[in-house]
Amino acid sequence: MQSQFVPHQILKAAGVAALVATAFSISHADAAANKNDIIRIDGSSTVYPITEAVAEEFQKAKRIKVTVGISGTGGGFKKFCRGETDISEASRPILAKEMEACKAAGIEFIELPVAYDALTVVINPKNTFIKSFTVEELKKLWEPEAQGTIKTWKQVNPSWPDTPVKLFGAGSDSGTFDYFTEAIVGKAKSSRGDFTASEDDNVLVQGVASDIAATGYFGYAYYEENSSRVKAVPIVAKAGAPGVLPSRETVMNGTYQPLSRPLFIYVSANAAKSNPNVKAFIDFYLANSKELVEEVKYVALPANEYAAVNDHWKSQKVGTGFNGEPEVGVKITDLLKRIK
Amino acid sequence: MTTQASVLANLAEVRAMIRKHKRNDFIFSIIGLLALMLGLLTLFTLFIDLVATGYPRFSLDFLTNYPSRKAAHAGLLSAWVGSLLVMLVTFISAVPMGVAAGVYLEEYAPKNWFSDLIEINVTNLAGVPSIVYGLLALGLFVYGLGFGESILTAGLTLGLLILPIVIVNTRESIRGIPIAIREAAYAVGATKWQVVFHHVLHYASGGILTGVIIGMARAIGETAPIITIGALTFIAFLPPSPVSDVAPFINVEWLSSGFTVLPIQMFNWLSRPDHAFHINAAATGALIIVVTLLMNATAIWLRYRIRKNIKW
Repeated sequence: MQSQFVPHQILKAAGVAALVATAFSISHADAAANKNDIIRIDGSSTVYPITEAVAEEFQKAKRIKVTVGISGTGGGFKKFCRGETDISEASRPILAKEMEACKAAGIEFIELPVAYDALTVVINPKNTFIKSFTVEELKKLWEPEAQGTIKTWKQVNPSWPDTPVKLFGAGSDSGTFDYFTEAIVGKAKSSRGDFTASEDDNVLVQGVASDIAATGYFGYAYYEENSSRVKAVPIVAKAGAPGVLPSRETVMNGTYQPLSRPLFIYVSANAAKSNPNVKAFIDFYLANSKELVEEVKYVALPANEYAAVNDHWKSQKVGTGFNGEPEVGVKITDLLKRIK
Repeated sequence: MTTQASVLANLAEVRAMIRKHKRNDFIFSIIGLLALMLGLLTLFTLFIDLVATGYPRFSLDFLTNYPSRKAAHAGLLSAWVGSLLVMLVTFISAVPMGVAAGVYLEEYAPKNWFSDLIEINVTNLAGVPSIVYGLLALGLFVYGLGFGESILTAGLTLGLLILPIVIVNTRESIRGIPIAIREAAYAVGATKWQVVFHHVLHYASGGILTGVIIGMARAIGETAPIITIGALTFIAFLPPSPVSDVAPFINVEWLSSGFTVLPIQMFNWLSRPDHAFHINAAATGALIIVVTLLMNATAIWLRYRIRKNIKW
């Protein structure tokens, strides 16, 4: 009986060994990898598709390893300010308390806008009475005071029917949530709580697409992929102004306000100085971002703004142009001039 | 005459009772079958749906390509290698410890309140939600012990997760060994260690292996604890190889490497705006189910093979 048992063990050990060998015959050449050779990036899920595209091309071109995680803008900054990452992606500017954490750890950063996104407010395609939203109407719908009181469309605008409202929005850890609340309610993170929140925008698309009473907001790329299932609503920035639909043109020419937002990467100044790989990566990022940003369906910066970002990167000036608060509607060229 | 009549009447009564019981039997077996079918059909429908959706991606390229922004070129290479390495660490950490703990509790531990306490805790641990293990690992392995967001951390976390499963299974298999086997071994002068190692463990090995494989099959599909400890989403290179061509021929650098695993890659693809990635996610889901089913089938086969060779 003893002898019957042994072949199984050998068989099993051989099986495991064979599996491992298969896996590693491929990676054999990489045996001596140094941890500093790897560029570590983490942060916003909104910026992720751009960075992923750049990382993919960069690895093909330069054979330098890059890893990208998705911890959200806030989670990314936490890691960045502990020195665990070289680059942090953000869908809103760095906040005061994050700047303090970075300062305490002695980490300086270079703020680089890389693309625009248009936060898109959508409704169910069967909803015919909403032609546009004014910022006031959106505020009435989303501000904290609306919780439990604003339940029908009529309460938002008397000319709309007395039918229920269902809300879908970004999860509170995302930069999207911070930016939307700042732009609409006037204070970041200030929102009613009784809505369906998800970090996964496909859940929001699904929610709005299947409920005639629904409205929600998410990034433009998700709207563009699902434009047959949900309908974008023109936004009226100021009373009397015409409603503007989100599109590449309206974001570029600055008429889609206040929901068009810049997306950023924050580069550790120390890593940029001491690690030539990080410097090469950012050079590559800025040189190729126009093409790659459009490929992943975001809005590229206009040429003059790219030039300004490039100059800013070359100057290696540290700090933020925002003073620790998400500011709405600031021009990138003006923003970069503020950083001394 | 009267007695005969009463017997006949009684017989009819008895027959009616037997019929009733048989009917109840039949009804219960139908209910049981329906309950079984409900579970199986759900899994089957889900699997067919995944296969039908993911079908266009079933190719060797899908297994040998790195993730990409282009859905049609994106593959699972870094994910399945990551899963394999994490499973290796899980296996090495959980199995010896789990089997040893099970043997100790069953064979050596004195029967007192302390053993009872441990026993209750082990059983409870098997029911703790996996996210709790993730949070524990984040505090203990990632920050406390400084292992970072690495394969080592992930493997140990999943090892903790399946440890109670391995322990409980080991104990149950050991309990299934007839007492006569031990008595026979003691009778010919075997020591306790010899009885445990040569006989009890040997005969219980089928059951123990089954427990180990079922535990591993659970671990391979876990997402929550792996997200908590910070698995990466885009990683287009493999960890350093555990075997090298210079002495000492093995290296441990891969343990501290960043990684991704199959369920994370699936989760990431599912949350993309582009529907082409949802096809990739479905294909990955089908692959995870196939791997899990294969592992479970191996467990059943091993148990059958080992049992067949044991004659007592």
